[in-house]
Amino acid sequence: MSNHIVSTRIYFAVFAALIVFTWVTVAVARIDLGLYFNTVAALAIAVTKALLVVLYFMHVRYSTKLTKFVVAGGFLWLVIMIGLVMADYYTRAWIG
Amino acid sequence: MSTPSAEHPGHPAALLHHFDTAEQQKDASTLGMWLFLITEIMFFGGMFTAYVAGRFRFHEAFKEASNTLDVTLGAINTTVLICSSLTMALAVHAAQVGKKKQIVWFLLATILLGCTFLGVKVVEYHDKFVHHHVPGLHFHFPGPNARNAEMFFSIYFGMTGLHALHMVVGVGLLAVLAVRAGKGWFTPDYYTPVEMTGLYWHFVDIVWIFLFPLLYLLGAHFAITGH
Repeated sequence: MSNHIVSTRIYFAVFAALIVFTWVTVAVARIDLGLYFNTVAALAIAVTKALLVVLYFMHVRYSTKLTKFVVAGGFLWLVIMIGLVMADYYTRAWIG
Repeated sequence: MSTPSAEHPGHPAALLHHFDTAEQQKDASTLGMWLFLITEIMFFGGMFTAYVAGRFRFHEAFKEASNTLDVTLGAINTTVLICSSLTMALAVHAAQVGKKKQIVWFLLATILLGCTFLGVKVVEYHDKFVHHHVPGLHFHFPGPNARNAEMFFSIYFGMTGLHALHMVVGVGLLAVLAVRAGKGWFTPDYYTPVEMTGLYWHFVDIVWIFLFPLLYLLGAHFAITGH
C-alpha cells in the first residue's frame, strides 16, 4: 500500500486545480456575498485545496487505514478546539 | 542501500532489525510523521482559534486592517508555494522511480521556490515597518479601531512569522536532503527521508492555504463595495 507510485499526471492535475482554486478564491473575495457567505466560500475553497494536498501530494489516499484514521482524528480535534471556543464566544452575549 | 550488507546478510541494509518488511518500516515512519504533523496542526490551530475569536469580537477593525495587506503579493506567494509543493512531490516521485539526478534538481527547485516565498515575505514585512503597522510603541492606524487593528497585526505577525520559521526549517531540511541525494543515498528501496520531508513541506503549504484567505482576503469585498 505504502509503495504505491502516484503518476506525475495526477500531480500536475492536482497542481492545476490548486492554481485555479487560488484564482477563484481571490475573485470570489471581491464579490460581496454578505457577511457570512464570503467567509463560508473562502473556507470551502481552502478546505478543498487542503484536501487535494493531503490526499494526493501527501499520499494519504494511498496510505494504510491506520494513517487515514490518525489524520482524520487530528483534524477532528482541531474542529473540537475551534468549535468549543466559538460556542463560548458566540453565546456569551446571551447572558448579557 | 538495496544490497544486503556484510554484517547482515539476511536483509537489505536499509531495513532495521525490529521491522519485518521494508513496507512495515515505511508505514511506521509515515504514521510517526503524521503524529508529529498533528501536533503541528494543534499548534497552529491555537493561533487560528485566536484569529477566529478576535475576528468575531473585532470584526470592523479586522477587516480594515486586513484591507491594508497586499493581496497581489499574497496571491503570488500562494502560487509560489503551490509550485514548490509540486516540485517536492516530483522529487519524491523521482526517488521512487530511481532517477537520482532528478531528485537533486527537484529538491533544488523546491529550495529556490521556498526562498522566493521568504523573499516576498521580507518585502511585505518591510512595508509593515514603513507604514507603522508593526504592533508596539510606533504602531499607528487611522480611525477609532486602532487598538483592535493592532490585535489583527499581532495575529498577522505571529502566524506568518511562525509559518516563515517553518519554511526556514524546511529549506534547511531540503538542503541536507539535496546533498545526500547528490551522494546517491536514496534508491527506490529507501527514500523515506525524502518522503517524510515532503510531508512536512506540504503541511507548511496547507497552513498557508488557510492563512492567505483568512488574513489577506477577509475584507476584500468591503474595499470594493465600501460597506
